[in-house]
Amino acid sequence: MSDRPRVEAQNLTASYHGKPAIREVSLSFQANQVHALIGPSGCGKSTFLRTINRMHELTPGATVEGSVLVDGKDIYTSGINPMHLRRHVGMVFQKPTPFPTMSIFDNVAAGLKILPRSERPLAEVVEEALRGAALWDEVKDRLNKSALSLSGGQQQRLCIARTLAPGPTVILLDEPTSALDPTATQRIEELLYKLKSKYTIVIVTHNMQQAARLSDTTSFFYLGELIEHADTKSLFTTPQKERTEAYVTGKFG
Amino acid sequence: MINSRRVRRWTSNLMVGVVGLTVLIGILPLFLILGTLVVKGAGSLNLAFFLETPAPVGETGGGVAHAIVGTLLIVAVACLMGLPIGLAAGIHAAEFPGTRLSRATRFLADVMNGTPSIVVGVFAWTWVVARQGHFSGLAGSVALALLMIPMVMRTTEELILLVPNALREAALALGYSRWRTSLTIVARTALPGLVTGSLLAVARIAGETAPLLFTALGSQFMRTDVTQPMSALPLAVFAYATGPYEEWHRLAWASALVLILLVLFLSLLTRLATRSRFGSHE
Amino acid sequence: MNEPESNVAPPKGEPHGFQDLSGTNVGDIVFKTVLILGALLIPVLLGFLVWELVDGSRLAIQEYGLGFLTSSTWDPVAEEFGALPLIFGTLLSSLLALLIAVPLSLGVAVFLTEFAPARIRSPIAFLLELLAAIPSVVYGLWGIFVLIPFLRATIFPFLQGTLGFLPFFSGPIYGPSMLAAAVILAIMVMPYIMSVSREVLLAVPASQREAAIALGATRWEAVTTAVIPSARSGIIGAIILGLGRALGETMAVTMVIGNTHELAASLFAPGYTMAAVVANEFTEASTDIHFAALTYVALALFVVTLAVNAFARLLVWRVTQKASGSGGGR
Repeated sequence: MSDRPRVEAQNLTASYHGKPAIREVSLSFQANQVHALIGPSGCGKSTFLRTINRMHELTPGATVEGSVLVDGKDIYTSGINPMHLRRHVGMVFQKPTPFPTMSIFDNVAAGLKILPRSERPLAEVVEEALRGAALWDEVKDRLNKSALSLSGGQQQRLCIARTLAPGPTVILLDEPTSALDPTATQRIEELLYKLKSKYTIVIVTHNMQQAARLSDTTSFFYLGELIEHADTKSLFTTPQKERTEAYVTGKFG
Repeated sequence: MINSRRVRRWTSNLMVGVVGLTVLIGILPLFLILGTLVVKGAGSLNLAFFLETPAPVGETGGGVAHAIVGTLLIVAVACLMGLPIGLAAGIHAAEFPGTRLSRATRFLADVMNGTPSIVVGVFAWTWVVARQGHFSGLAGSVALALLMIPMVMRTTEELILLVPNALREAALALGYSRWRTSLTIVARTALPGLVTGSLLAVARIAGETAPLLFTALGSQFMRTDVTQPMSALPLAVFAYATGPYEEWHRLAWASALVLILLVLFLSLLTRLATRSRFGSHE
Repeated sequence: MNEPESNVAPPKGEPHGFQDLSGTNVGDIVFKTVLILGALLIPVLLGFLVWELVDGSRLAIQEYGLGFLTSSTWDPVAEEFGALPLIFGTLLSSLLALLIAVPLSLGVAVFLTEFAPARIRSPIAFLLELLAAIPSVVYGLWGIFVLIPFLRATIFPFLQGTLGFLPFFSGPIYGPSMLAAAVILAIMVMPYIMSVSREVLLAVPASQREAAIALGATRWEAVTTAVIPSARSGIIGAIILGLGRALGETMAVTMVIGNTHELAASLFAPGYTMAAVVANEFTEASTDIHFAALTYVALALFVVTLAVNAFARLLVWRVTQKASGSGGGR
């Protein structure tokens, strides 16, 4: 059971208007680890991330070939409802995106309100998600305040709490700290490190130090192709491909 | 050489002064019109003016309660018809911007916006009045709704497009369906702006006279049945202004003051609403 | 309080199904259908409007054809209808209005974008917006009781005294007249021309002004040599948009133009416009042919304003498109 990867891409090609952004990518992620996707901008790492929760297809003209398996099931077959998939594969974006019309509480509850009513009280799940995102102590006295009253780093943790609340198994993060200051970045990194005990985390980052600090495995993308995938330590210390070495040693990109 | 330089600078300053003067000339009519309205109209405003219907010809007193009620009813019915269509078409144009339909509606809405309101009145007459066989407030509402739809559509589209796409993506990534994302996240975020845009459209149609001339027609009596001819403030202003009696002219000024207060109140309201930027507090 | 289900595995073996529904979604289909219906109503209503106008004027089209537009008799009793004086009056009043409004609006627009202190820009723009918010019938009321007496007592005699040798300023002075209509129209279209030209001027990149100033131009020269030329077609578009407004304007004109079906050279003489005749006679018409003739007038007015507006939009669109093309974004 634990041998089966949580997420597995097979010969995956994703295109915009017929132009492939990633070509023939095969890659798998084990559960309860942090997986980093690195590479110069435009290399397809974000596109790849967005194929895992089928956000890619929302862009006009976007198409996908090949398959992505989540817990062994192909998510690109006709029986899959992307809306339901996305409750299992949550996503956090580059810039914090709290819903501006909602309170802190309602933001966290946003994903729960569209689920069938669970037996657990809403407030309990919200608190758990906020604790999970290490935000509870900072906001517990002002849950009814606007989400926009929070700082940038708090807003991003709020978005993580919002993603945790519906109970996903996989969390995708698309450069989640690139809009934050170093202190806020550090808090998010600590948080992600803790979260991997419960979730499978895939993070896109342009920051190699972040990948090295945080992840268990790292995949290097270049010009739409997966160049190398290995456990993080060996990818950074003994890369097998020249391109990878050039990139991780800062020779280009 | 130095002399020509001085001449040029002097010309420049003179011309800046001249265009500055155009601003004064441009704004002057606003103060003249508003001033006259207050001077000639305010004296006639009293409780009876708002609560009573017109006195018989030759007698003084009476009010425009029938026209106020008529305007409110006609505009309300116009909103019931025009707002849903304008909002739906506007959301459509913003949510599916590249489609042939949304490109067509965008262009045709601009065409409708430029159509003289009297032409829309003729259309409402041939469509509703001629077929019903009699004038009605409803026919007036149809005409006003038609004027309202393109305005509401275009502002709705613009305001929805202002909502960052990141919010839409965040909702979809939570497992929201498209309709829920569009309505509870995107449209909800743009809501204060949508209210503003709609109010502005209401302000515009509330002052329209031409499309009501041969639809709602006007009436001297209090009417609440929209299938019957009814009065409206702009119609009352027109009838009183072009009538032969001094007393009517007095009523015309007073009615015009009420009308402009209504319209300017709505415009000011929208101005304040847009200034306080949406979504900053709840 | 919340024990994480410790280490591994999704909760309860199977991830609670993301495959419990097919890829389609009923709510989305309903939503999209409603939106499409709303959007479809716009072409449908507009098409219906054109159809009703054509259908309503069919009788007159059959009877008079295009000769309707060149005949100058309008006699409901004899059932003879020609729209030439109306078309003439519409064009003349609108063009005169532009003659007055264009220099004023451009002056205001230039002042607001180029010279005005930042603090007073938006208050002034706001006041002019208010001018656009005043209902047409209120302009008419003010025209009848304030503007006309004023013009009759001062401006008209002055014009006749100085320029009376011209046919436009000869003849008896009535109050309600072509010139009074033009003045009212000028006030009414000014805010539109002003706000669109202001938009167009704002779209001219600041670098153009700075380049001219750097070359030694005065502030005024920078405007006339660098800013206005590159905004020219947009400004023309703004003027034509104003023309579209003026052509279709009804109430204020009806109330001050005097309403006679006669061609007159003097601007002090009363006239008529297409919109005004429809407003005045539609409720009085009793014969089918009279209705048809009035509907025909409305149809002609619709076609003219449509053409004028489409042309203007095209010009404005091309200018602002260029600006946003270089600046990026929507």
